[in-house]
Amino acid sequence: MLLIGLVAAGGASAAVSTVANAEPAGTAPRAQQLTVEDGQELFRANCASCHGLNAEGTENGTSLIGVGAASVDFQVMTGRMPMAYSGPQAEQRDPMFTQEQSDAMGAWVASLAPGPEVPSEELLDVSQVDEEGVARGAELFRINCAMCHNVAGAGGALTEGKWAPHLRDIDPAHVYEAMLTGPQNMPVFNDANISPEQKREILAYLDYLDENPSVGGFDLGSLGPVSEGLFIWIFGLGGLVAVSVWLTSKPN
Amino acid sequence: MTSTATRDTFTSRASNYLDERTSMSTLVATLGRKVFPDHWSFMLGEVILYSFVAILLSGTFLTFFFEPSMTEVHYEGSYVPLKGIAMSAAYASSLDISFDIRGGLLMRQVHHWAALLFVAAIGLHMLRVFFTGAFRKPREINWVIGFVLFILAMAEGFTGYSLPDDLLSGNGLAIINGMVKGIPIVGTWISYLFFGGLFPGVDIVPRLFVLHIMLLPALVIALIGVHLVLMVINKHTQFAGPGKTNDNVVGAPIMPLFAAKAGSFFFIVFGVLVLIASTFTINPIWNYGPYDPSPVSAGTQPDWYIGFADGALRLAPGLESELWGMTLSWNILIPMAVLGIFIVLVMFYPFIEQWITGDKREHHIAERPRNNPTRTAIGSAGIVFYAVLWAAASSDLIATHFRLNVFQVTWWLQATLILGPVIAYFLTKRIAIGLQKKDREILLHGYESGRILRLPGGEYVEVHEPLDEYESWRLKSFDTYEPVMVRPNAKGRITPGTHLRAAMTRWFFEDRISPVTRGELEAAKHDGH
Amino acid sequence: MSAEDHAGHEQQQVAVYDRGAAIEQSDAFENPGLPPHRPRQTDLHPEKERRAERQVVGWFLVSMLGTVLAIVAYVAVPIVEGDMTSVRLSNLFLGLAIALALLGIGIGGMHWARQLMSSHEVVEERHPSRGSEKSRARAVEIFQLGDQESGFTRRSLIRNTLIGAIALVPLPAIVLFRDLAPAQDAVEAISNTMWRQGTRLALDPTGTPIRAADVTIGSAFHVIPEDLKDLDHDGGYLDQKALASVLLVRVPLDRLNEQPDRAGWSYDGIVAYSKICTHVGCPVALYEQQTHHLLCPCHQSTFDVTDHAKVIFGPAKRPLPQLPITVDDEGYLIAQSDFTEPIGPSYFERLHHIDEGHIPLSAAETENRA
Repeated sequence: MLLIGLVAAGGASAAVSTVANAEPAGTAPRAQQLTVEDGQELFRANCASCHGLNAEGTENGTSLIGVGAASVDFQVMTGRMPMAYSGPQAEQRDPMFTQEQSDAMGAWVASLAPGPEVPSEELLDVSQVDEEGVARGAELFRINCAMCHNVAGAGGALTEGKWAPHLRDIDPAHVYEAMLTGPQNMPVFNDANISPEQKREILAYLDYLDENPSVGGFDLGSLGPVSEGLFIWIFGLGGLVAVSVWLTSKPN
Repeated sequence: MTSTATRDTFTSRASNYLDERTSMSTLVATLGRKVFPDHWSFMLGEVILYSFVAILLSGTFLTFFFEPSMTEVHYEGSYVPLKGIAMSAAYASSLDISFDIRGGLLMRQVHHWAALLFVAAIGLHMLRVFFTGAFRKPREINWVIGFVLFILAMAEGFTGYSLPDDLLSGNGLAIINGMVKGIPIVGTWISYLFFGGLFPGVDIVPRLFVLHIMLLPALVIALIGVHLVLMVINKHTQFAGPGKTNDNVVGAPIMPLFAAKAGSFFFIVFGVLVLIASTFTINPIWNYGPYDPSPVSAGTQPDWYIGFADGALRLAPGLESELWGMTLSWNILIPMAVLGIFIVLVMFYPFIEQWITGDKREHHIAERPRNNPTRTAIGSAGIVFYAVLWAAASSDLIATHFRLNVFQVTWWLQATLILGPVIAYFLTKRIAIGLQKKDREILLHGYESGRILRLPGGEYVEVHEPLDEYESWRLKSFDTYEPVMVRPNAKGRITPGTHLRAAMTRWFFEDRISPVTRGELEAAKHDGH
Repeated sequence: MSAEDHAGHEQQQVAVYDRGAAIEQSDAFENPGLPPHRPRQTDLHPEKERRAERQVVGWFLVSMLGTVLAIVAYVAVPIVEGDMTSVRLSNLFLGLAIALALLGIGIGGMHWARQLMSSHEVVEERHPSRGSEKSRARAVEIFQLGDQESGFTRRSLIRNTLIGAIALVPLPAIVLFRDLAPAQDAVEAISNTMWRQGTRLALDPTGTPIRAADVTIGSAFHVIPEDLKDLDHDGGYLDQKALASVLLVRVPLDRLNEQPDRAGWSYDGIVAYSKICTHVGCPVALYEQQTHHLLCPCHQSTFDVTDHAKVIFGPAKRPLPQLPITVDDEGYLIAQSDFTEPIGPSYFERLHHIDEGHIPLSAAETENRA
């Protein structure tokens, strides 16, 4: 286990240095200018130590044949890959690559075998969803997502140290890709299960949550009764005890 | 009195009018200058009472708008993510209270925050009474009444939590349904009758509503009345202090000082609740959606005061037996039994302790916790036990927030549930005895004044100053007990009960520390300096 | 409180109680009595008293201002339908103003009490909680008179039949509660679900039937019987959903560890399990597609889908019941029958409702805990 951790950590740091060398910030060429071959090169330099030179997978990383460009975009652009260290699951952080580099790698991975594509702007355009659609999206969210991600998108615990991340202020493309590809332990929600229109409705609901304030005031992390209970003990009752001490004290 | 009565003011005429019809003056004469001792911890009961008043006021407002019905409606209110969704009338009306009635959300939040504060203040008040021995004769019955109020408050809380018929409360009811079904022989039928058929059915909300707004509040109000009347009859306890004895009460008279403080405190408690309700959201039911048996949210938890029961379910071993065609769900029965025993022990603790001490005198001086180390240690063991169960109800949040494995968190909590109270017991007892020893030390040799003297021989000493007699009285006046001997009773027999009682008194009082006596103080003065 | 103990005592006598294990201290100190009264600054300095007075008045004025602001906020910050920000602002300003009105009274009153009202401590004597000897004797006498005049003890047959009658009279209340629920037998009602042979598996909540080909590896489908959507709430939609909810996943065949006699219950690696936890009945809906674990978010019971949903962690004991499935000739997934055992939490009579077609899991393997 330790060994795997070391290898993964080494791989990650190698990836960081390679990226830094290859691409001075600000001078990144446009997406069109990076080819599938560039993607292959980037992949071999940064990902192959775990996923194999031809993405066929190794002991340390799964095969990426058939995962599609959507999966690459999600994993790379949320910073989950390259993995910072080996843990129960990959952590989200700032991405190590530019969008163009990620797209190039995605194009190369997609060229190995067909897989889910990066969603088009049309599929992510929540402005096309009407009010009933938002309500349907909320219902789909409760049935398919809330058990792990919490009804308010606050996240939650999974088994053995894994967790479902929060969903507030996340790029809709990444949410869509996650549904489509089922990263890590998240199940896949293919288009037969949740149609593209329904996925867009779910995005519209998440957008509604992001755009609208917590109506009743500060939301205490949207964690439900636990944070409410702690709050009333510490600040409610604690504050009133302080008042009691004041009012039973003898003034000078 | 006569002079004011003769002067012909409006007040005097009104008082006269009332007195001639109600003999109010007798009541005022008896209670008007009744004395209440002053200590911050004596205000906790008032927090309970005032948050209850806030609950009653805000709750009444809510009943004007709430529709306790599970009839299906399609939401047409102003919250977009629920438009057109099928839900019960109860949930729809709760949403309307929140979004379409000015002040409705405020009242909902006041009501819920006040409920959480109500139960929390009950908990702290009970701890104060326990640790100061204020449950001793003549207040044992009032302890039991208070404890029943605590249970009723939890029942009020749970029935209220279930009324909006949202996903969170529905899952709470699903858990209750599962627990009830685990009761042997009658469980299936109790659940069936309770829900009016299959779970969730269409009857449970109106039934809980009647319990929540009529039966339970009536019981709570009646018992609060009895609780307060008994408090007036027994008079309040007070801490030991100069001039304070077991036969008097020293403090503020009701008219005017105590009434002014208590009245002002009501406005402060209510004001703080409204302040919290206007700035912090509680139970955003619109996030949860209407109840549906299929979805569930991560972080599904009950309100804090039911947490210990939920935690017990989480920590329970996964055991069930199937014997002669019967199913016994130990994973439900064991936690229920453990909680039942815990509740019964707490409720009857005053009687247990009195049987051990055999002390039938009235006690009106609140003990300092250190002066009864064994009781204090039992109390903190109980707190740890309760706290572990409570923490277990949020094991998943502990895991996500501290990046731990939820399975390991559960194992840790299981171990702590057994070991924690034992450790807390011994630690507390040692600390209490240590504090008593320090009190003795201060009395016999004075407190450390911080003044350093250099003696002619070059030696440095810190000057110890004696306490004045008022200060020292607090430290040296307390009851002390000794273990009883096993002696034959009137019939010349030694019963097992006698042995048990002797053993219990040894457990309680073996390593007691006696209060300082005059002789000891004299001796200390002579050999000390 | 018995009459014999105290009947002979005089009314003024003070009761002496047993000390029990308490030690009588012979050499104890005397209570020094109340310490001398310490005057406050407001008692000593008239200007401070006047200042305190102004402060109290100030707080009461603040309260009045709060009341006015609350009314202003009610009118001036209206709720605009559908605008959540307006609801938030209405709640915030209305609440803050009311809080100000209340706290103004509270703080002002408290200031008045602490700084200006007499701070002399008052001593009140306590009396034993028990009544005086005279009233105790009178109480005993009254009870004796009552007994004599009614013949309660003497006419023992009357007394005993009365006690019997009163003891029996609540019994009708027990039968009265029977009609809280329908006439159907409780155990029968909760033991069966809507699933029948040939019922199509459909998506929750739309009711769209599911083709086997659509269930790709790694997906999780939340499933209801296709005919559930024909019910409305008053017709038992939620009740039946609470019984019939199913989670459908496809496990790679090399990961699926099926008991041979249950092999016919799955279809090409697609397995369907009841979503209702066997502990206390929460929906067990958290599916991890790599470990194939199912986690209950309420009490963390964890089930292994590759291994007939056996319990690997938590307070649940029994595996989740499996719904036998197959496909119809159009390729849609259908149920072979109802669940073969009752779903959800265990109950006392559960074993009487296991179908003949039920294939139990071999006893030694019903759980495989972490």
